[in-house]
Amino acid sequence: MSISILTGNDAAAHAARLARVQVVAAYPITPQSPVVEMLSKWSDQGDLQAELVRVESEHSALTVCIAAATVGARVFTATSANGLAYMNEQIWWAAGARLPVVMCCVNRALAAPWNVLNDQQDSMSVRDAGWVQLYCRDNQEVLDTTLQAWRIAEELGLPVMVCYDGFLLSHTVMPVDVPEASAVDAFLPRHEPIPVIDLARPRNVGPVTFADPRANADGVICHGYMELRALHQEALTRALQVIPRVERSFAALFGRSRGALTWGHLLDDAEVVLVAAGSIGVELTVAAEALRAEGVKAGVLGIRAYRPFPAEALRQALQGRRLALVFDKAMSYGHEGPICSDVRSALFGAPGAPPVFGAVAGLGGRDAAARELAEVARRALADLDRGVRQRPAEWVNLQLEERA
Amino acid sequence: MTRLVDLPTQEHMLPGNRACAGCSLGIGLRSILKALDGKAVMTVPASCLTVIGGMYPTSSVTVPWLNVAFPGCAAAAAGLAAGLRATGRDREMTVLAMAGDGGTADIGIQALSGAAERNDDFIYVCYDNEAYMNTGTQRSGLTPAGARTTTTMLGKRENPKDMCRIMEAHGIPYVASTSAVFPDDVYDKLARARTLRGLRYVHMNTPCPSGWSFEPRDSVTVGQLAVDTGLVVLFEVEGGVFRLTGRSKTLAKRGKRPPVADYLATQGRFKGMSPEAATEIQRWVDGRWAEYLRRDAAGATT
Repeated sequence: MSISILTGNDAAAHAARLARVQVVAAYPITPQSPVVEMLSKWSDQGDLQAELVRVESEHSALTVCIAAATVGARVFTATSANGLAYMNEQIWWAAGARLPVVMCCVNRALAAPWNVLNDQQDSMSVRDAGWVQLYCRDNQEVLDTTLQAWRIAEELGLPVMVCYDGFLLSHTVMPVDVPEASAVDAFLPRHEPIPVIDLARPRNVGPVTFADPRANADGVICHGYMELRALHQEALTRALQVIPRVERSFAALFGRSRGALTWGHLLDDAEVVLVAAGSIGVELTVAAEALRAEGVKAGVLGIRAYRPFPAEALRQALQGRRLALVFDKAMSYGHEGPICSDVRSALFGAPGAPPVFGAVAGLGGRDAAARELAEVARRALADLDRGVRQRPAEWVNLQLEERA
Repeated sequence: MTRLVDLPTQEHMLPGNRACAGCSLGIGLRSILKALDGKAVMTVPASCLTVIGGMYPTSSVTVPWLNVAFPGCAAAAAGLAAGLRATGRDREMTVLAMAGDGGTADIGIQALSGAAERNDDFIYVCYDNEAYMNTGTQRSGLTPAGARTTTTMLGKRENPKDMCRIMEAHGIPYVASTSAVFPDDVYDKLARARTLRGLRYVHMNTPCPSGWSFEPRDSVTVGQLAVDTGLVVLFEVEGGVFRLTGRSKTLAKRGKRPPVADYLATQGRFKGMSPEAATEIQRWVDGRWAEYLRRDAAGATT
């Protein structure tokens, strides 16, 4: 164990190195590039025994990972925003093929117009693809979560996307406890893959598959497309148990725990719960403490696992509260923030469920400081006191009326 | 040159597959897998070959086969090669990428160009049936001028891209042009490619009865006429040295080729083409043929 001053990108690269990743394929994009630069440097120096494929696009980056993971190699890639969007087809492929790909998504706003700063529209836009999605609060969590990602991915046969906020985490430093390689080896033993590519037992991997079950050459009935999709969903549901178990196992070995599916701050007696994913959660803890100083019993519920969505954990955590105020750094345009929608859906019909208000914050890197987030909470409480139970999302720090 | 009767008798394609009647791709694939001695892992994007490969849970070949998304064939091959190397299995099998003309020259060209520039270690075969046949005969970047497709009802106006020259420009170790209906030529080129490392590109003309509109029984004769007229030329470029092979080499010696019009007349897709357009294609073919002869002569003196 040693404490290093690391950026979020450094932390992700250290995790990939410690995981003894075997194939890395990536394409540069701000703010993800330093991850791959660092892995390239280590590879050139001989400190990383991995095949580095410096591809010509993000589509190819994920395709290389898909093929290498099919062979049985432990693979890693990282991207952001438009790079993630360019991968889109292969994001679905990696998930449908049930491959343990680990990818860091360094969250950044999607164009147009161009914007390289942080929000979470990129990863939120692929929430339905069937990946496990984990969101990080700080750089320690980037390292720890990325290490845990391989355990989760390899146990479930699912790709895992580790999401952390661009610039806010990717380019800021904090002290990070970097574990010893031997300790990580104990946590993350060598991957024993299913031999899919095998000359002795040749298979046609991922061919056209009918909707209905169908017999193979030996007359054994095999799944149809819909059964395979149901098993995919079942694996994601199972992830609700696997993610906490992997986190407990990590905590036992490394002596730190940052929450499993969710994390909480000042939650026990909180009447107003501020809900969010990623580093904005840390800002919300400051806001909650400010509200507490004014006598408002506020707390924070951070979402670490967004897919699978921890609906039951949220129902339990939010039962009996006065208000859930959800901060989204993304929109489902034409509707509302994605986390807000999912929280509403999880709480629908649940006994003791509070009203859910939404707020959209930080798009394209727009500042959302603790005092402003606290202000949003105060306005929400005022509305609540006036009997409002449903309202459109507030766009935090929006200045439309002052601009042409 | 390996004689047809001397090709290995061991088959790596299973009896019965979903190819259209008369599809020449089956002939080509048989030779390819024989040349690789069945020690290969294939990767195939969306294309006719996906159909031939069979639907889950079946396969039409005795080698592992990884299906991939349309633009990703070369990147998947690069990933297979990297994964096999990383897990110490790269000497076990050759990585074989096989994509159609659309998957190669259009949607797949970016990944292919990237892999070629990196000289990733695999053989890439473009089986060229000169249009998007699997989706119902839409024009591709390799559809010849004059050919009618469902998106060029009056005949395509443009000449096809020259994929072999594009690949040569990447400076890869091996580039070859062959035809599926010459199993010996296909076999020799894949056998040669198998001995090399890095990215090896083989372009395989693949006559398509349903898309080109001719009788299924005529696939071989149509493919042979394509070579005889000089529309398709059999050659290889290794280490920058060009040489004609097989039938094209014989034609070069003989010095005479039948007119392109003979070839055009065999297929419904060229029906109704104006004599001027046919003359223009003849001129295009003659220009290319002269260039191939010049390069072959230059290669012979190297």
